[in-house]
Amino acid sequence: MIAELGHYTLILALITAFLQSSLTLIGAHKDDFVLMNMGKPAAIAQFVAIFISFCALTHAYVTSDFSVVNVAENSHSLKPMLYKISGVWGNHEGSMVLWVLILSFFGLTVALFGQNIPPTLRARVIGIQGLIGLSFLAFILFTSNPFSRLDPPPADGQDLNPLLQDPGLAFHPPMLYLGYVGFSVTFSFAVAALIEGKIAPAWARWVRPWALLAWTSLTAGITLGSWWAYYELGWGGWWYWDPVENASFMPWLAGTAFLHSAIVVEKRDALKSWTILLAILAFTLSLMGTFLVRSGILTSVHAFAVDPDRGLFILAILIFFVGGALILFAMRAPKMSLGGLFQPISREGGLVMNNLLLSVATATVFLGTLYPLFLDATTGQKVSVGPPFFNATFVPIMMLLLLLMAVGPMLSWRQADFRAAIVRLWFAALFSAGLSLVFWLYNLDKPVTPIIGFAIAGWLAGGTLKEFADRVAFLKISLKKSLARARGLPRSAHGMTLAHLGVAIFVCGASADSAWRTEVVINANTNDTISLAGYELMLENVEQLQGPNYKAERARIKVTKEGKEVAVLFPERRFYSVQQMLTTEAQIYSTFMADLYATIGEGNPKKGWVLRLWFNPLIPWIWSGCLLMVIGGLLSLSDRRLRIGAPKIHHQPSAREKDGYENG
Amino acid sequence: MTPTRRRLLFVGLGLSSLVTALLLALNAFEENLVFFYSPSDLTETLMSSQRPMRIGGLVKKGSVKRSDDGLTIRFEVTDLQKSMPTIFNGALPDLFSENQGIVAEGRIIDGIFRANKILAKHDENYMPKEVAEALRKSGKWKGPEKK
Repeated sequence: MIAELGHYTLILALITAFLQSSLTLIGAHKDDFVLMNMGKPAAIAQFVAIFISFCALTHAYVTSDFSVVNVAENSHSLKPMLYKISGVWGNHEGSMVLWVLILSFFGLTVALFGQNIPPTLRARVIGIQGLIGLSFLAFILFTSNPFSRLDPPPADGQDLNPLLQDPGLAFHPPMLYLGYVGFSVTFSFAVAALIEGKIAPAWARWVRPWALLAWTSLTAGITLGSWWAYYELGWGGWWYWDPVENASFMPWLAGTAFLHSAIVVEKRDALKSWTILLAILAFTLSLMGTFLVRSGILTSVHAFAVDPDRGLFILAILIFFVGGALILFAMRAPKMSLGGLFQPISREGGLVMNNLLLSVATATVFLGTLYPLFLDATTGQKVSVGPPFFNATFVPIMMLLLLLMAVGPMLSWRQADFRAAIVRLWFAALFSAGLSLVFWLYNLDKPVTPIIGFAIAGWLAGGTLKEFADRVAFLKISLKKSLARARGLPRSAHGMTLAHLGVAIFVCGASADSAWRTEVVINANTNDTISLAGYELMLENVEQLQGPNYKAERARIKVTKEGKEVAVLFPERRFYSVQQMLTTEAQIYSTFMADLYATIGEGNPKKGWVLRLWFNPLIPWIWSGCLLMVIGGLLSLSDRRLRIGAPKIHHQPSAREKDGYENG
Repeated sequence: MTPTRRRLLFVGLGLSSLVTALLLALNAFEENLVFFYSPSDLTETLMSSQRPMRIGGLVKKGSVKRSDDGLTIRFEVTDLQKSMPTIFNGALPDLFSENQGIVAEGRIIDGIFRANKILAKHDENYMPKEVAEALRKSGKWKGPEKK
């Protein structure tokens, strides 16, 4: 009964989505405020309907209602509660319901909190948001109904893929979707602006909260996914340049470019059509990510069994929205005013370089990801593009970007004094030299290439710190006054500093891990000792144990350093009986400077067990760097200037604000 | 600088970075394209080329042998017509088992495929697309026909 209710409300949502898009768009066209105002109740109704539907599906999972096909195929009565709930989006149908839930949620936020947006623009944004909702609800109802019944119901379910039964993956899809779908709002804003044929600096301020929310969630989502791959797949690596990973990375790159170019629109009323194009691009890549992952046209370590018809449906949606938006763009963009002029060496110039490099980087990832598909479609030849390609193209572009990243924030708007900026960079150079020297001295016995990464990261961190120090006049005035100045800075400024520092820390982690990782594969019996990077690891025993829905062999490995016990690791090899599947559960001993990563493979008491042990230096820096980026994004999001629903500021902008002193 | 020259500089910068990226990309492409073959595709030239490649098929039933220390694993990749002896000593994916579709990446040295990476899928019902096609080509495909 409850499942039918869910199905029913989903159909209801389809109808409200239709009303939401048609009423508001017609209303905006005819300047009819009654119609335009229908957007808000429609958006609320659509969200509530999908929410009920989502709850109904969750209910079916929680109560293990195996008469619902989706539940029977993806759940099991013995599964822990967390995974019963995460199982809702651990499969195709359920994840699409989550997708539209988040989509309608974003539509709702525009309807509820977008009070300071002019009504016509708001109506159009809500209308386009409704249109996207309409197409995806149709997609769910026609190709992937999560509420189909099974008669007679099986006694028990087929269980969720054990690899997905993991806290990291329980929260990875919702975060990733918040990011993917968040870019739907920037897309809707862009298309709405194109329909209106004009774009004002205020537009960038209106769209910024959603862009930031999307970017922050996507950053968190990709990080969680990478973290999951790191410890769950048991391969010791964290990024494989796998097509599915790239699919989420491309919208991130485009979204990052958008965030930066929107600053230029807001402050200087320039780069407008380019920014619109980036907004379209970011959502296109998000849709493409959904399409690539769902259609099964990729061969990836992360691919799941999929249905090509669904892929075609999403492809049709993709073509409709992207094609429509681009045609609109071609018609309207040339008519937009050019806006503020600026010298090449200026803050704007720096942001243009940022955009240029990020776009080229996106293009290389795009090429590497899609060329195999293209070649397969045209010649039938099957190829794959691996990490060496991305190391040879993406990495140098990013290195250039990172170098400029330290300089950009130091340039002033319109026309910058390049020499003055160069002089301010002495600290960056010093910091860079210091950091690389320290890491070089500690790793004399290892390959020297990562030192380049440290030099660049140090340069970026030094530049970012110096820029912040100058803003608060650190050491030039009393510490107390500096602190007061720091407090007076807009939150978005702090956000930028943190996010840029996060990138620097991330680069350190990624560089170190690229060449300094040590791997030992060994056949060990109980009481054997293995030494790895200064640690002694002793296999104490291997025991059999019974989990809620699996059986496992668990090793007990004592880790000592210079005779002192520092940790005990319990890597497991699990066998999930329902799915007849083995999984490797790695165990990691993490210090701030490195991870010790252990997995256990096949074996028996007579022959011993295969142990795989990795020493991964600075891996925690990767996660901390990403975390810092997320915190920076959130801080920037909480900036008063952007606060959703904040009362309008009536006072005149101060000279400092006018100067474009702040940014983020 | 006049606005025209300024714009020229911008366009020039943009174009040159694009061209550089393109050159980098093409250069990297040349080296890093890894072609996929089924065991029946492997001609004499390919067998002796030592180029990195991917092969795919099923893990032949009864062919999996582990060395005494359990570190090295030998098996045959088959499209049910021809088989390719393969040797691997890395971390096997959890789904690796006999009769399972896999894709192996590596190179052929002395007639043996030395894999440095084995891909199997998260999902046990899923057959790598290349493997399904390889089986279709050799006429041994038992699954649903391609639509």
